[in-house]
Amino acid sequence: MSVVSVEGVVKRYGQLEVLKGVSLEVQAGQVVAIIGRSGSGKSTLLRCMNGLEAIQEGRITIAGHKIDGTNDDLRALRQDVGIVFQSYNLFPHLRVGENIMLAPRVVKKVPAAEAERVAKAVLAEVGLPDKWASYPDNLSGGQQQRVAIARSLAMQPKIMLFDEVTSALDPELTLEVLATMERLAEAGMTMLLVTHEMAFARKIADLVIFMHQGKVWEAGPPADLFGAPQTAELRQFIGSEAQNGHPV
Amino acid sequence: MPFTFTFGPVWAHFDTILGGVGETLYLSAIGILLGLALGVALAMSRGLVPGFVQGAIDAYIEIIRNTPFLIQLFLIFFGLPLIGLRLDAQQAAVLTIMVNLGAYASEIIRAGIDNIHPSQLEAGASLAMSKLQVFRYVVLMPALAKVWPSLTSQFVLTMLGTSICSFISVQELSGSASVVESDTFRSFETYIVVTVIYLLLSLLLRLVLFGCGEVLFPRGSGLRRLMEGQR
Amino acid sequence: MNQTFGTDQILFIVGALRWTILLTVFSLLLGGAAGFVVALMRVSPIRAARWAAIGYIGVIQGVPALMLLFLSFYGLPLLGFDLPPLVAASVSLALYVSGYLADIWRGAIQSVAWQQWEASGSLAMTRFQQLRYVILPQAMRIATPPTVGFAVQAVKNTSIVSIVNVVEVARAGQLVNNATYEPFRVYGLVALLYFAICWPMTRLAARLERKLDVRRQR
Repeated sequence: MSVVSVEGVVKRYGQLEVLKGVSLEVQAGQVVAIIGRSGSGKSTLLRCMNGLEAIQEGRITIAGHKIDGTNDDLRALRQDVGIVFQSYNLFPHLRVGENIMLAPRVVKKVPAAEAERVAKAVLAEVGLPDKWASYPDNLSGGQQQRVAIARSLAMQPKIMLFDEVTSALDPELTLEVLATMERLAEAGMTMLLVTHEMAFARKIADLVIFMHQGKVWEAGPPADLFGAPQTAELRQFIGSEAQNGHPV
Repeated sequence: MPFTFTFGPVWAHFDTILGGVGETLYLSAIGILLGLALGVALAMSRGLVPGFVQGAIDAYIEIIRNTPFLIQLFLIFFGLPLIGLRLDAQQAAVLTIMVNLGAYASEIIRAGIDNIHPSQLEAGASLAMSKLQVFRYVVLMPALAKVWPSLTSQFVLTMLGTSICSFISVQELSGSASVVESDTFRSFETYIVVTVIYLLLSLLLRLVLFGCGEVLFPRGSGLRRLMEGQR
Repeated sequence: MNQTFGTDQILFIVGALRWTILLTVFSLLLGGAAGFVVALMRVSPIRAARWAAIGYIGVIQGVPALMLLFLSFYGLPLLGFDLPPLVAASVSLALYVSGYLADIWRGAIQSVAWQQWEASGSLAMTRFQQLRYVILPQAMRIATPPTVGFAVQAVKNTSIVSIVNVVEVARAGQLVNNATYEPFRVYGLVALLYFAICWPMTRLAARLERKLDVRRQR
């Protein structure tokens, strides 16, 4: 029984077709890595999955909620589908703890004591229990990103989306974020990640999807895609990523 | 008693109102030109004049910015005769507008000048431009282009501010409005008409200033235009 | 025979200062409340609200404060309000303030990074919750320097109500000048009083602006 089902999704910006009929399925507990060049539509696809971008054709069914461009209840969907952004987007005027507790208290109406308990727990899970009272701009990029992950986890989502979450980070800081994501995967979270970290994708993904020109170009287990790429485009992509410092 | 709008008497006095419009336009045009010139001069002065002169300029700007236009007008119109300088109401109005706008414009232009990156100055110097040429093409024109929207807003405020000159009986638009309303006793209608005219004037002024901006500051920096001229 | 410009005259002018301050505070509070509503309308997803706000701000910013004063002064009685000139004056000042503050605050709201809208939206917050907990708190910080700067304008603006014989400090000066014919001393004192109120606020606004620039660059 798949928890994410993307069927024939088409997305356009005006005349420009960015997603040209994308279909895929994700099972509960799976980790899916979506790779591809910039402009291949991978980030757009991810953002469509929680309604940040609208789709013109096709359907997405995610965590029991549907998106098809008609009457979509995005608020209900977003309580079950969390997303972490490349630029963390923490709330600068709130402390770390307040950042994490805000949505559970305000959206899910969780009482203060319970919200604090959950928030402290997720903050510990991402390895930053002592940063509870700090402001975001006192943290490094890697720490801010981990807080962003904690903030999404506090809503207790069923599925987590990660949109190039380490692309803006220095290599040393990238490792701590990847470690956090790996722990999350081991705990059984269903995760979809758009990433350039090929080695990481190979290590933790159950399914890798290579996108090219708005379509799913190849899909399969990492051993297949990275070990024996079928298409020239994927081979070329792997080669160029290795040259850019992201070897498989 | 129910109120009925009676605009008839207002239209009957429309020539008075038009006279007021003319005077407002005159005060605004002269005031803006003189104020802009003064503003440029004051903005340029930094670094070129001795310290105590700069201090006096800064003090003057602070005084203008922190006192009402009305009081500045009264000081000039009622005060200057005491030291022998007798100005009629219109002259006092123009002088006050110039003095007032000059201070605000100089601040706006200074901000634009400060924002010119030093590398631009180096580029100009490396092209064997004289200091004056560098200032005119690399500093002043790009700075004005950059702050033109802010200056436009300030000029519109100045034009609207000419209404205060009615306090010393200058027959600009507000002044003519009070003449008409005291003749016709249709105060509310008179002021509705005059308010609409002011609204149209400010829209017109914005359009004209926008057009000036397009003509004076075509796309591309002054430096590039100068280089193209030299080729 | 002219009066001399002495202690009585000075005290009279300084005493009128309380009306200047009262008018300023009132116009800022009432105008601020109205301006806040208009600012929210200006950034609303509802097109009718946006256009109403654009029209309101456009009119207020396109006419002299003096016209707002006369329209209030002659217009309010027609609506059935038989009020003293002080009230008409206060209403007109509040109208003026509301139009400019709405524009300033609209700018501040729009300066908050769009990513903050995305992040809070992706946490399933409603628009109201986004504004209340994430956007407006940040907008307020951005809005503080220009709001303080505008408050200086509000103080200076009170001088126009002298024309309807509300005896704030500019009117007090006119009355004393008419009696003593000492324009330099009278209006010099008046200018000094305005300066004493406005200059600290101008400096505060500049300091807040610098502090904000430093924070934003981090």
